Amino acid sequence: MSKTNKQTPFSKFDVDGRSEPAQPHGPHNEKNYISTSSEWTFELLEKYDKEISRIAKEKFKLDTYPNQIEVIRSDQMMDAYASVGMPINYNHWSYGKSFLSTQQDYQRGRMGLAYEIVINSSPCIAYLMEENTLTMQALVIAHACYGHNSFFKGNYLFREWTDAEAIIDYLLFAKGYIAKCEERYGVEEVEKILDSCHALMNYGVDRYKRPTPISVVEEQKRQKEREEYIQKHINDLWRTLPEEKDKVAKKKRFPEDPQENLLYFIEKTSPKLENWQREIVRIVRKISQYFYPQRQTQVMNEGWATFWHYTILHELYDEGLVSEGFIMEFLVSHTSVVAQPDFDSPYYSGINPYALGFAMMQDIRRICEDPTEEDYEWFPDIAGSDWLETLHNAMRNYRDESFVLQFLSPKVMRDFKLFHLNDDDSQETIGVEAIHNEQGYKQIRDQLSQQYNLSYREPDIQVFDVDILGNRTLTLNHYMNNRRPLGPATTEVVKHIRQLWGYDVKLNSVDENGETVTSYSTYA
Amino acid sequence: MSSYIVDRRLNSKNKSTVNRQRFLKRYRKQIRKAVSDAVNERKLEDMENGDSISIPKKDLSEPVFSHGKGGNQNIVHPGNKDFVVGDRFKRPEGGEGGSGEGEASDSGEGEDEFVFQISQEEFLEFMFEDLALPNMIKLQLSTDDSFSYKRAGISEVGSPNQVNVVRSLRSAQARRIALGGKKRRKRRELREELAEFLEATPKPYDEEQKKKKLLLEDEIASLTARLDALPYIDEFDLKFNLRVKIPQPSPKAVMFCVLDVSGSMTQEIKDTAKRFFYLLYLFLHRSYEKIDVVFIRHHTKAEEVSEEDFFYSRETGGTVVSSALELMNEIIKERYPADQWNIYGAQASDGDNWQNDTAKCHELMTQQILPAVQYFTYIEIGEQDPQELWRLYTDLKESFSDSFALSKVRNNSEIFPVFRELFKKEGLRT
Repeated sequence: MSKTNKQTPFSKFDVDGRSEPAQPHGPHNEKNYISTSSEWTFELLEKYDKEISRIAKEKFKLDTYPNQIEVIRSDQMMDAYASVGMPINYNHWSYGKSFLSTQQDYQRGRMGLAYEIVINSSPCIAYLMEENTLTMQALVIAHACYGHNSFFKGNYLFREWTDAEAIIDYLLFAKGYIAKCEERYGVEEVEKILDSCHALMNYGVDRYKRPTPISVVEEQKRQKEREEYIQKHINDLWRTLPEEKDKVAKKKRFPEDPQENLLYFIEKTSPKLENWQREIVRIVRKISQYFYPQRQTQVMNEGWATFWHYTILHELYDEGLVSEGFIMEFLVSHTSVVAQPDFDSPYYSGINPYALGFAMMQDIRRICEDPTEEDYEWFPDIAGSDWLETLHNAMRNYRDESFVLQFLSPKVMRDFKLFHLNDDDSQETIGVEAIHNEQGYKQIRDQLSQQYNLSYREPDIQVFDVDILGNRTLTLNHYMNNRRPLGPATTEVVKHIRQLWGYDVKLNSVDENGETVTSYSTYA
Repeated sequence: MSSYIVDRRLNSKNKSTVNRQRFLKRYRKQIRKAVSDAVNERKLEDMENGDSISIPKKDLSEPVFSHGKGGNQNIVHPGNKDFVVGDRFKRPEGGEGGSGEGEASDSGEGEDEFVFQISQEEFLEFMFEDLALPNMIKLQLSTDDSFSYKRAGISEVGSPNQVNVVRSLRSAQARRIALGGKKRRKRRELREELAEFLEATPKPYDEEQKKKKLLLEDEIASLTARLDALPYIDEFDLKFNLRVKIPQPSPKAVMFCVLDVSGSMTQEIKDTAKRFFYLLYLFLHRSYEKIDVVFIRHHTKAEEVSEEDFFYSRETGGTVVSSALELMNEIIKERYPADQWNIYGAQASDGDNWQNDTAKCHELMTQQILPAVQYFTYIEIGEQDPQELWRLYTDLKESFSDSFALSKVRNNSEIFPVFRELFKKEGLRT
């Protein structure tokens, strides 16, 4: 899922400085225009889709899933927002909450709705709002149906972590299963489990590979065995009769290695959960896994889609298929999407992934087509190479963190006027560590890349120990990074873990030396 | 072409309804508090409007692990103007400077309230939750009542959309059998005769035989033609579902607002009274589609007035409550017979009454008014100690606990809680 937000148009800011449409090769002939009015019809949508598809596939080699373009009303768009963009989802109060807040913001004119929502599935479902003008519909088709779609199909994280063919069926299953549980055990009981699972939604994947993976086959076999004997395993684990003394002494720590996939650990070993509750934990875990690539590729995904709507629509113009009015309207929308307010602007809310992503994609093309001295020095591998191939390669094999590390050029850093700020609570003041100059480029690039690293962005929390023979307390460790503490909601989350675990839970914030700095627990 | 364009605009809307309901249910307590605050603060005119409700954000957080403030935070920002390496400055207030919350919500901005819309209906729902009209509503048939339609068998006449297909076809078949029976029997006999003849007579036929065969065949053909001419379905076969109008009994209600406008009633007290009347009106409106409202104001004399006069004109002089009660009694007798109407009385006063009037009030209430009404509420507004009227009414409360309630209200903010107390559902009453 990905949304293109209609943002407040700021002062016009065109990242690549290209605010005039490219001059057409020949004189435009009105008869060739696909359309001349701004009202869309289904026939016109088909025509635009056909042309965009032709350019995307033949000229730019974008490989996509089949498209299913759905035209919806604005209230349906709000519905889609509310259930995290999923076309089907189980019922939960939090989706009602987000619906209410979207509705409030929309009706008060505080925000525009996304022009489009696109779902990583095959066929790739894209929602278009009926209020959009024809130009906007064309933009959205290029952006979502060919940009995002090809990213979903090509990027390695999506290929590894998601199954586009199966997601809709899985969601349907999940919705049905949860509805059945609600019928049998009551809405409130199910809600309790879901609330707790949602609190751990970001801890449902193994971020790092196991240190020494055996062979894939072996791993699969073990996985299967584990699943077959899960109940037995749980019974063994929680045998109530004490084992013989000498055995106890030898008993290894459980789990043997720290576990970062909290939901998986709970699903497999929690002593108190019933089977249906385990299945619900599993559903939330599976869905969070589906979102995992999205959380790591925001800049790339949006940058890629924005780059392609920009490039494809200009191509339409160059071929004389759309009018000057069309391209001007398009540029107004495009410009507001890629606007980047400065850090001291009231509109500032971090780096706009559309702006950075688009600028970097454009910049890669520039480095390939029109390299400078500096580019040859910084990017010897790609300067002067085939731009289309280089761009495809970047899309396929990187995520935000590595993409920034690999491709953020001094030119983009200068255009954005990036600077690195350090806020150390052991110091009286905060300080500027680097700015966009020769000495600062590398540091800014490293730092920005770090910012997109999930394990830097989110606290690193792992299952450390379970008191198997005693009171079954679950101990989690938070491995602090740069001495950053946990946020104010921590106690609440720990309570949710207790709900799932059934026994007391303790969470220790551990600093770089292995010393516990802060403790949170569900007992006094 | 690999794209498939679908029009989904006619698909079900309100996919979020269930989730929205769940949210409202989960935060029932907070929303009710917000509604009740709103009722106290709002102007009368927009008392029952839906509008926005705000509840504290912290009550509905969805907690997740995140980094808090502190430690050693690094962040890259865009839009450097004139910073150089080594510049140091004070931490900005509010901790914007590099908080580790990553993509901290852009809607956050220190707002502590979650604001959302509920409809007028939902607003009233929350407003009057757990409240009930104390006494059974009398249903009464009257001429201008609404009707419902009920099926009542089959009719020969009706409009085409009410055709009963099965019955019509059945009757058509019966007619065809009845009208064609004789001919069909005749034809059967002729056919048998022909078959017998054909079997018994060896070819070639002589003249006589040929003639007989031809005659038989002719007759069969003409019978067949006449049978075929019977219409498959005829107009008088048609049967229609008959639906009859059943008058629906509907409850009728009248609400009497009785207000003291003597010199001792300030505009403030009247405003409080108005709120109370209005709440009662809204509440009754949930049970009755149509409500007559009668405004009676009194000082030493009582009169029936328009709404405008009722609330805004001011009189001076003493107070004789019985005058108002008497007028109310007369109006009931005249226009709202108690066996046809659900009668509600609401009286507001500062409690002042002419001392010698008390006995008369007591008699009127016990003999006439209370036996006739569904429910009568009295509120005494003001800071003062219980007055004459209060003492009288407290006595009444004991003998008419089902249909009489009274309460003291000091100011506007107490109106709603008092109202809730007066109309609490049975069993919930404290």
